[in-house]
Amino acid sequence: MKLLTLNFLTCARRTCKTSPSSFPLHPREAELEILESELNLVFLRNILPRLMWSELRGIGEELGLPSLPESPPSREDLVTKPSPAKPSSVTEPSSVEEEGGEGEEVPSQTAKDLHRLLLETTIKEGKLVCGNCGHEYAVKEGVANFLLPGHLV
Amino acid sequence: MLPTPSTAHVSFDLVYEPAEDSFLLLDTLSSLSETAFLRERFSGATTEAGCSSAPLVLEVGVGSGVVLAFVAANAHSVFGRDDVLTLGTDINSFACSAASQTVRSAVTDHKSHSTFLDIVNGDLASSVRPNSVDVFVFNPPYVPAELPDRSRHDAFNARSTGQKSTTFEQESYLLELSYAGGKDGMEVTNRMLEQIPSTLDSERGVAYVLLCAQNKPEAVKQRIREWGSDWRAETVGSSGKKAGWEKLQIVRIWRST
Ligand SMILES: [Zn+2]
Repeated sequence: MKLLTLNFLTCARRTCKTSPSSFPLHPREAELEILESELNLVFLRNILPRLMWSELRGIGEELGLPSLPESPPSREDLVTKPSPAKPSSVTEPSSVEEEGGEGEEVPSQTAKDLHRLLLETTIKEGKLVCGNCGHEYAVKEGVANFLLPGHLV
Repeated sequence: MLPTPSTAHVSFDLVYEPAEDSFLLLDTLSSLSETAFLRERFSGATTEAGCSSAPLVLEVGVGSGVVLAFVAANAHSVFGRDDVLTLGTDINSFACSAASQTVRSAVTDHKSHSTFLDIVNGDLASSVRPNSVDVFVFNPPYVPAELPDRSRHDAFNARSTGQKSTTFEQESYLLELSYAGGKDGMEVTNRMLEQIPSTLDSERGVAYVLLCAQNKPEAVKQRIREWGSDWRAETVGSSGKKAGWEKLQIVRIWRST
């Protein structure tokens, strides 16, 4: 399970929904696995406004990962300033809709680190704990189990 | 016609096999009118900061994963953008692992740039952060048939240690979960519909829910419109016309001001 997924999940108990401490869920005894994937700069740029940054920082800290800066990176932080050249480079058809032909953008180290954290760092085994009710959700073989026993639904 | 994802690896003894309902969802989501609607609603991928963040697609009850995989693989054609996120849930853990593989393979095979998150094992959208879903897709258990007894769910939801094959009882239970909808085939759908306003993004959220004729779709749509004056519910796809009845239909639910 990818760390970015935790940005969209909360405790499944109905009574926890109104409590701010039911988000984010806290990983415990987590066994992490790095699964490499292709970096998508457009995606990283457009996911920035959706990231709950301080919560994500907290999760990173709980997992013992290198700490994140206090404020999220800006869109500009994600690209390495291109060397001024090649004014009329041919852009691929697939990149036509991406920012008017800036086909040569190079992801910065910040973008690579963010990609590694959000999409390549996965929880293989472990638990996710609700900060409000303390319920523990198991993660097995990368699949989180949010099914509640009958008396908690 | 956009390509249909492969589900050759899925064990259909334990997981719902793609059928007419699944294919109606694929056809509807890739129809000219729906892609036009979605592209307009989610346009602006390339404008300045904050204008249009990456859309999240959630499918509840993914089964084999064929529908979510189709959206993930064809995100560019459907939404006109490459920054689409996909997330799924299913109550059946065998479906979760199978669907995850279906989506991953489809994204790779079709060289899609969309981002697949995960399939989580859960009840409907109960574990999803409120108001975070932009596009919601649901092919519910819609057949009017008694709901299976969930008291043994934990035992049936996994292979017990050392157990190589699954039992017939376990297989029947898991498949019943995928089609039996209780009274009018609406018990599970009603429970999900109740959660839709708190699941969808309050501005751009849109839901696609499949209904069959026995679900009394006209009454369902009317009830949704009564959520408030800005709520809309329209049939945007249908199949299996018999004597003037649409056997299956896809209802689009959204807010418009
Ligand atoms: Zn809780």
